[in-house]
Amino acid sequence: MACEILIACRRLGKSYHDIRHGERVVALDEVSLEIPRGQFVTVIGPSGCGKTTLLNIVAGFEQPSAGELLVEGQPIQGPGADRGVVFQEYALFPWLTLRQNVEYGPRERGVPRAEASEIVDRTLRLVGLHGAENRYPHELSGGMRQRVALARVLVNDPKILLMDEPFAAVDAQTRASLQREVARLWAETGKTVLFITHSVEEAVLLGDRVVTLTPRPGRVKDDVAVELARPRDPTSPAFNDYRRAIERLLANTAAPTEVSGG
Amino acid sequence: MRRCTVPVAILLVWQGVVASGWVPRASLPSPAAVAEAWWIWIFGPVTSLSWYSGTWGLYVLMSLRRVIVGFAIAAGAGVGLGVLIGWYAAVEDLFDGVINFLRAVPMTAWVPFAVFFFGIHESAAVFLIAFGSFFPVVVNAAAGARQTPRILIRAARMLGTRPRKLLVRVVLPAALPAIFTGLRVGLGLAWVLVIVAEMLAVQGGLGYALWSAYQFSRLDLILAAIASVGILGLGSDRLVVAGAGRVLRWQRGLTGL
Repeated sequence: MACEILIACRRLGKSYHDIRHGERVVALDEVSLEIPRGQFVTVIGPSGCGKTTLLNIVAGFEQPSAGELLVEGQPIQGPGADRGVVFQEYALFPWLTLRQNVEYGPRERGVPRAEASEIVDRTLRLVGLHGAENRYPHELSGGMRQRVALARVLVNDPKILLMDEPFAAVDAQTRASLQREVARLWAETGKTVLFITHSVEEAVLLGDRVVTLTPRPGRVKDDVAVELARPRDPTSPAFNDYRRAIERLLANTAAPTEVSGG
Repeated sequence: MRRCTVPVAILLVWQGVVASGWVPRASLPSPAAVAEAWWIWIFGPVTSLSWYSGTWGLYVLMSLRRVIVGFAIAAGAGVGLGVLIGWYAAVEDLFDGVINFLRAVPMTAWVPFAVFFFGIHESAAVFLIAFGSFFPVVVNAAAGARQTPRILIRAARMLGTRPRKLLVRVVLPAALPAIFTGLRVGLGLAWVLVIVAEMLAVQGGLGYALWSAYQFSRLDLILAAIASVGILGLGSDRLVVAGAGRVLRWQRGLTGL
């Protein structure tokens, strides 16, 4: 059970036609990755390395142009509530209140009203959001919006959590508290998490594994298991060893391909 | 208090200009004379001796009814078709050319056609109003639907919304601010067109009164009719804004609407 592969990327490739520059861009090339159930995997790489493309393929938003993606051994059929996505830009429905945003998923899946209301309450408590339920997204701080985004995904009890640089847009203090929150939620719920980030510290802080990608075309550069006890202390020497090692991996990949795209 | 300053000043200057004799009384009646004519138009007895006495309420109702019916048709069809145009590329391909062509023709150019086609009949006025105010509504609804953020579509999909339900769940609410903009513009146009239609194509209504007053050289009644249309147009616009305020509660503080 411990080794059951939940997500399998087999030589995934993604290329698309850049209309503005009239050239083919290879975003991902031969990316193979296996993620066991319950694991927290962080993916890090320079901007433009296709890490968001990888997440979009797992989410079902984009189709791979080569290779295959299996979830529980099956190819996926588009996006679905079994794979909850937390976006950097929150992507809350601005016309729905906080509570209505969280209720959205259960409603769409046809969960009976009473039951939905109960799981919404439980989820709001889980992420610490009760009290502001009737506010609209634009009335909330960035940190609270991201909590709502997390809650509306968790309420669906997804198999997989896909997080696309979720804390890149919030201030440092809020980010630290959200990171602790995510680590706690992961420990409590045992979800499988694919977490995209451009922060080495964040990658080491949260990941069981840190997957580094090369810049265009995105390939797996290395896959580092982080063997540190949780909760992790970013100021400890061991933590810094990991951070240094991963920074070095990224530095090695970034330099030679830094050419102007026109 | 400050809101009333300019209107009161205009009335005072107007009264002063007329009283001083700079402008001949036949070219511009005083505000008091307009008010008096208006009073008779509203509250005077209905007799065969006067073509206008006591007819105001009836004419207002006639114009209102034409605007409401015509605008309701335009709003329903415009929002429905507009959202479909903005969301489905195929629908856009079908309608975009025709709509842009028809939109380029000023609605007043349709008046002779409408009179020939429908005759001097209610349907001519309703046609002009519905057809004319349809265009701003459809164009704005389409623009609003087209600008639905892709990330909200993706969010809905990953939360379990099926593709066929995206239109109702995401595209329509996302387009609502633009839809209300279109409705306001459309309603303004509906008042323009009801006056044009009543002057040329149908009997009764404020536009009809306006034209009759012109033919009888009654400048006081012309001005009273203009003021009446202004009040109704402003009132109906306030209603739409109030409706938008309720529906777009989630936007409060984001826009000036």
